[in-house]
Amino acid sequence: MAYTVQDYKKGQPRWCPGCGDHFFLASLHKAMAEIGVEPWNTAVISGIGCSSRLPHYMATYGMNTIHGRAAAIATGCKVANPDLTVWQVSGDGDGLAIGGNHFIHANRRNINLNMILLNNRIYGLTKGQYSPTSPRGFVSKSSPYGTVEDPFRPAELCFGARGHFFARAVATDAPGTVEILKAAYNHKGAAVCEILQNCVIFNNGTHDAVYSKEGRAKNAIYVQHGKPLIFGENNEFGLMQEGFGLKVVKIGENGITEKDILVHDAHCEDNTLQLKLALMGNGDGFPVALGVIRDVDAPTYDDCVTAQIEEVKAQKKYHNFAELLETNDIWEVK
Amino acid sequence: MGEKLEVKELAEVAVRFSGDSGDGMQLAGNIFSTVSATVGNSISTFPDYPADIRAPQGSLTGVSGFQVHIGADMVYTPGDKCDVLVAMNAAALKTQYKYAKPGAAIIIDTDSFGPADLKKAAFATEDYLGEMGIDPDRVIACPITQMVKDCLADSGMDVKAMLKCRNMFALGLVCWLFDRDLNIAFNFLKDKFAKKPGVAEANIKVIQAGYDYGHNTHSSVANVYRIETKNKVPGRYMDITGNKATAYGFIAAAEKAGLKLYLGSYPITPATDVLHELSKHKSLGVTTVQCEDEIAGCASAVGASFAGALGVTSTSGPGICLKSEAMNLAVIMELPLVVLDVQRGGPATGLPTKSEQTDLLQALFGRNGESPMPVIAATSPTDCFDAAYAAAKMALEHMTPVILMTDAYVANGSAAFKLPNLAEYPAINPPYVPEELKGSWAPYLRNPETGVRYWAVPGREGFQHILGGLEKDNKTGAISTDPENHDLMTHLRQEKINKIQVPDLEVLGDKDDADLLIVGFGGTYGHLHAAMDELRAQGKKVALAHFKYINPLPKNAAEVLKKYKRVVVAEQNMGQLAGWLRMKVDNFVPEQFNQVKGQPFVVSELVEAFNAIINK
Repeated sequence: MAYTVQDYKKGQPRWCPGCGDHFFLASLHKAMAEIGVEPWNTAVISGIGCSSRLPHYMATYGMNTIHGRAAAIATGCKVANPDLTVWQVSGDGDGLAIGGNHFIHANRRNINLNMILLNNRIYGLTKGQYSPTSPRGFVSKSSPYGTVEDPFRPAELCFGARGHFFARAVATDAPGTVEILKAAYNHKGAAVCEILQNCVIFNNGTHDAVYSKEGRAKNAIYVQHGKPLIFGENNEFGLMQEGFGLKVVKIGENGITEKDILVHDAHCEDNTLQLKLALMGNGDGFPVALGVIRDVDAPTYDDCVTAQIEEVKAQKKYHNFAELLETNDIWEVK
Repeated sequence: MGEKLEVKELAEVAVRFSGDSGDGMQLAGNIFSTVSATVGNSISTFPDYPADIRAPQGSLTGVSGFQVHIGADMVYTPGDKCDVLVAMNAAALKTQYKYAKPGAAIIIDTDSFGPADLKKAAFATEDYLGEMGIDPDRVIACPITQMVKDCLADSGMDVKAMLKCRNMFALGLVCWLFDRDLNIAFNFLKDKFAKKPGVAEANIKVIQAGYDYGHNTHSSVANVYRIETKNKVPGRYMDITGNKATAYGFIAAAEKAGLKLYLGSYPITPATDVLHELSKHKSLGVTTVQCEDEIAGCASAVGASFAGALGVTSTSGPGICLKSEAMNLAVIMELPLVVLDVQRGGPATGLPTKSEQTDLLQALFGRNGESPMPVIAATSPTDCFDAAYAAAKMALEHMTPVILMTDAYVANGSAAFKLPNLAEYPAINPPYVPEELKGSWAPYLRNPETGVRYWAVPGREGFQHILGGLEKDNKTGAISTDPENHDLMTHLRQEKINKIQVPDLEVLGDKDDADLLIVGFGGTYGHLHAAMDELRAQGKKVALAHFKYINPLPKNAAEVLKKYKRVVVAEQNMGQLAGWLRMKVDNFVPEQFNQVKGQPFVVSELVEAFNAIINK
C-alpha cells in the first residue's frame, strides 16, 4: 500500500511563523510517504526544545521526552523492537549540549536510528541563549559580551564518535532535505542529518548565506557520491586536494579541467576528506557542503544484538526459566 | 589419633573464612555452605569485600571475608560472630578476630605468619597470639602452605598454581571439624572445573589432605561438631545470592508476561552482578545494554518499554540520583519500568561496598513534581526473586515505574533457594488496548476500576499516539496546561498507585499480646527476626511486622502499628521508614533504633536495645 503525506500528518504546528521547523516537518512528511514505512511501524522520538515538539505533528507513534535523552530513549526503543523504524529528533542544545553524551554513543554503537539534528545555533524555547553551535563571540541573553568558547561542529563530533553517516541540508531546501532523509533511512546504522535552519526570533539570519536558493547556488556545494565536487552559479568552481587540505579552483583557469576535480566518495571508510568537506564554509572562501557527505556500511548494534542472541540460543541448551534453573548446582532435600 | 572424638551437637554455627583477596575465601565459603545445605541445614552467608580495589598482598586493607551461618533449624542472618575463624594470614587474624566469639576455634596458616607477614599486619612482636590475647589452646595452627606444596608435589603444577589450593586445605579442615561429607564438595569441584579436570583433581586432593590433617593430628584439640537438620522442607535447592535471585525474578516475570526483557544499566557497586547475570542469558532472549551512563540506562529502558518490552534498569543510590528524571518520564507517560536500587552507604560515593537503607526517602520522593511510584523492598537474598517478580508484575499491570529496593547485604548474601515452579506464580496481564477500541481509543483512557491506562505497543495499526514529558489532556494525551486538567491528572496518577493491591502486613511472634512490636523493612528482616526470637527465648512478649511493600502501604498497616503499646522502628538510616509511617498513620509515635554503620545489624545489640525499650 502506498502512503501519502496526509498519512503522516497530524495537528497544527505551533512554531513561530517562518521557523525552520515548519519547512523541515513538511520535508519529513514527504520523505516518509516516499519511503513508505507504515505510520504504525514508525516511531519519532524527540527530547526538549522548539524542534522537539515535532512528534506531536506526526501520525506515527511518538514520544516527546525529556531534555537531552532522545538518543538514549530511541536506543532502547530500537534495540527492544528492531522492526520499528525510529527517527530521533533533537535541536542543537538537546542533541549536542545536554544530550551530547548520548549523541556520540549512539554514533559509536551504530544504532540503526535516523538522527535529526535541527541546528539553529540558539536556544529558542528558553528564549535566546547561546547554544553549543553558536560561533565564538556570539552575543545572546546569556552572553551579553559575547561567548568566549568555540562551538561544536556536528560533523566533527559524529566522525570523532566513529559515525558512519553524516548528511546536511538546509531546512528551506525541500528536495535537498527529502533526499538526505531518504538516504538516512536507507543507511543501516546511526545516520546523522544536520538540518541548517533559521530562528526568526532569536537568531535571525544565522544561515543566510545558504538559506535562499540563490544563496545556495553561490555559497553551497551539493555533494553526490561518485560525482566531481563542482559548484558555483555556473558550475565554474571545483574542489581539489592540496597538501593536507582542499582548495577551491576555477575550472578552465590554469589548465584545470573537470577531470582534475576531486570526485566525492561518501563510501570511503577513511573519513579524512569527508570531514574536510563537512567543515567547509566557515567564512573561509569555501562553500557549505550539502547532501550525503559520509555513508559507509558497518554492522549495526541492533543487528549484532539480535544475531548474538540467536547465536547463543543455538549454542546453549537452556531456553526458558525452568531450564535455566537446572544449570545450577542443585541438591535435593528429602 | 582419632580414636575417640567428642561429638558435640550444635543448633547453629557460624564459620568465617578470611584471607587475602586472592586467597579464594569466597569459594571456600561457598563450597562449605553448599555442602551444609545439601544435608538440609539452613544457611545464610555474607561476603565482606575489602574496600581497596587491589590492596597489596598480606596488607590489612586487602583482607576479604566470607561468613557462613548454618543451622539445624532456620537461620535468618549470617550470624553476628563466628564460632570458627579461618585466618589464612596475619592480616586476616588481625582484622577478623573481632568477629570471633569468645572461645571460638581459630585456624591459621602458620606459614603466613613470618616476620614480613607480621610486619605488614602491624604486629609489634612475633607473639601475635599473645598480642591479641588469644588462648593458644583454641588455635589450630598448621603449616598449610607447606602441606599444600607437599600434597601436590607430584602433580607437576607450578608453585603459584599450588598455592591457589590453600583455601581448599582450610575447607577440608573445616569439613572435618563439622563432620561434613566430602563427596558433596568433590562433586561441586568436579562440576565447577568440568573443563579443567586437573584443577578439580588438585583441589580435591588438597581438601582430603586438610580433612585428614584434622582427623589425624587435632582430635585432641577440638571437638567435632554436628549440626543435625530439623524441619526439613523437601525439595530441590540451589544456593543463590540476592543479586542473582533478582535477575532470575526479572527473567521469570518477562517469561510469564510473554515479553522481551530489556536491561539498560551502567556498572555500579553493589548492583553490577545483576547486569553480569542477565548478560549471560541471551539464550533466553534477554537483551542487556551497558549504557554510556546511568541516565541512558534508565532512559533506554523507558524506550524499550515504550516499544513493548519489560524495561528494567539496575543501579545503586548514586545512580538513582541520575536516573530520577527518566523515572519521572515513565511516571507521566505511564509506562512500565522497574528500577532496581541495590542500596549502599551514602551520601555521594559514600561506602560503595557496604550496606545501608538510606535511599528509602529518595525512592519515595526523590523526583520533581508529584511523582508517586510504588516501592518494594526485598527482605532476604531469596526474597529478591519474589520481590523482583512482584515489581515487574506491578509495573506491567499498573503501567507505572516501580522501585525495587535491595541492599548490599541482601544482594551479596546468599541462602538456599528452593527452585521455584513458575507455573505456580500468578499470571502477568499487561493492560493491552483491546482491538475493538480502535478508532475510539485515546492514550489516557483508563480502566475505571484500576485507574490504569491501556498500553498500545508500536507496530499495532490504528493505535498510533504520542506520549511525552509534558502534562497531557486526561483523555486525548494532547499537551495541556489547563489548571483543572493538571489537578485532575495529578490526582489520577496518585489514585492509580493508591489502588494497587498489596499483601497485608504480617505480624510474627506474639501477635496478640506483644509488649513490643518491632517494625522494619527490606534487608534487615533476618536480623530483626533473630532478635525477636532471642527476646522471646528470654521470655519477653515481642512481635515483628516487617514491611516489604512500602508504597502503597498494606491496607492493614495503620491497624497493626496502632495495636501495640510500644513500637520500635529499627532501620539502617536516620529514621526514614519511621518518618514515612508517621506521615501515613495518624498519631503514630514509635521508638526508633537507627544505625548507619554500613554493616548489618548485630542481633545482640538489637536485643539489648529492645530490652531497654521494653523495660522503660
